[in-house]
Amino acid sequence: MNKVQIMSSEDVKRTYLRFAHQFIEPYDDPAEPVVIGMQTRGVYMGKRILAIIEDEFSAAPDFGILDVTFYRDDFRTKLKMPQVQVTEIPFDIYERDIVLVDDVLYTGRTIRAAMDALMSYGRPRSIKFCCMIDRGHRELPVAADYVGMQVPTHQNEEVRVKVKELDGEDAVYLVNVEQEAGDE
Amino acid sequence: MSEKQPGYDFNQKHLLGLTDYTGDDILYVLDQAKTFREVLDRPVPKVPTLRDKTIVNLFYESSTRTRLSFELAQKRMGADVVNFSASTSSTKKGESLKDTIRNISSMKIDMVVVRHESPGVPHFLTRCVDAAIINAGDGAHEHPTQALLDMFTMRQITPDLKGRKIAIIGDISHSRVVRSNIIGLIKVGAEVTVCGPKSLMPVFVESLGVNVSYNLEETLGWCDIGMALRIQLERIGGGTDLFPSLREYHEKFGIKMSHLEKFPDFTVMHPGPINRGVEMESDVADSDRAVILNQVTNGVAVRMAVLYLLSGGVRV
Repeated sequence: MNKVQIMSSEDVKRTYLRFAHQFIEPYDDPAEPVVIGMQTRGVYMGKRILAIIEDEFSAAPDFGILDVTFYRDDFRTKLKMPQVQVTEIPFDIYERDIVLVDDVLYTGRTIRAAMDALMSYGRPRSIKFCCMIDRGHRELPVAADYVGMQVPTHQNEEVRVKVKELDGEDAVYLVNVEQEAGDE
Repeated sequence: MSEKQPGYDFNQKHLLGLTDYTGDDILYVLDQAKTFREVLDRPVPKVPTLRDKTIVNLFYESSTRTRLSFELAQKRMGADVVNFSASTSSTKKGESLKDTIRNISSMKIDMVVVRHESPGVPHFLTRCVDAAIINAGDGAHEHPTQALLDMFTMRQITPDLKGRKIAIIGDISHSRVVRSNIIGLIKVGAEVTVCGPKSLMPVFVESLGVNVSYNLEETLGWCDIGMALRIQLERIGGGTDLFPSLREYHEKFGIKMSHLEKFPDFTVMHPGPINRGVEMESDVADSDRAVILNQVTNGVAVRMAVLYLLSGGVRV
């Protein structure tokens, strides 16, 4: 197994700063967009971006947390049911502009599930998608609106986005995983 | 998502009773139920998670609440539901349980929710069919989903049940709810006292690891949560010789407003349906110290969690 760092903590920091500006750019009122972080790492990314918006523009957009387990199409291929995590959207998303935040965009299935999930909370005006890494290999016709970095990858590689709160560091690694037994 | 989530290793195929579950299994189900409770508060309280599953509700004994609650849980998760009740089926024509379930399972059923007046029926079914079996009450044996929803409600009041003092009051000997509750509560480390007239107290009850009391005041003064059980009029009512009269029962073991004033710290629960004026005064049931209706809402969430966790994946 070999591991290459593709973004350092400084790179990641700048990307968060860019995201913060991109999120509010279309609006007169910087508090207008709604930021929703996807479990697990998207939540920490979203909070980080929000903190920058608060710092630089003294505005606090609404923030929510989304877990898409209920809407996934792939859990039947696994033996165990995945653990469901908290969803917290304590405001009305009707006619709001939403930015979904996740760490990696890969097949597009997670973001498809997330859009389904959001629709059961109401009808937003628009949904945009922001991810740290777009690694290609899409299986569905979706694209990200805000991307930290485009990384062409091989299918036997994994992208690991690290966040300080969970992993002790901010960084992105590209990992070459050997085909292990039980690892599909 | 690129990384695997570290999760609890939940390894159960059926829910036959809490006897087979470890304390950690129980807490995991209760934790997962929290996320399902949230689904019920959404503008669209429905998720498509079980849309590829077909579930049969096999009710050999009448039930309103449990059956409705299961059916609602199944529909909230998008499953296809088939209902069966013994009174309107071929059971009347003399078909045996085994034949019934074999027939139903050859229609490709993924899960079976069963209630039956004989203890052990859910266990028996696991040997007849491949589907996941959920016990919705078998005789006086167990009623695990009721106990889970009771424990879920208790955790809303006091998140950690370890060392918590729970009193169960009333007809201990005819109740399957009480058995499942005792087994579950003790596994997660709670202290349990059962309280009721001696004639409604099974003789071996201490062997389950509970305290026994025949004094309601003493028990209510001790407990954090007091759960009154329904006096099952259909089983022991009318010309009963187990206690002299419902009025006398209420006098000695009914929870009254005066108790709420005297002991300001305990919360009142009841699995329903309530006989007002028997297990508790009507005003007690309606007071803000009672969480009886929360129990009903939580029932749907807990059953959703159970269905979800047992729906499994494709075995590869």
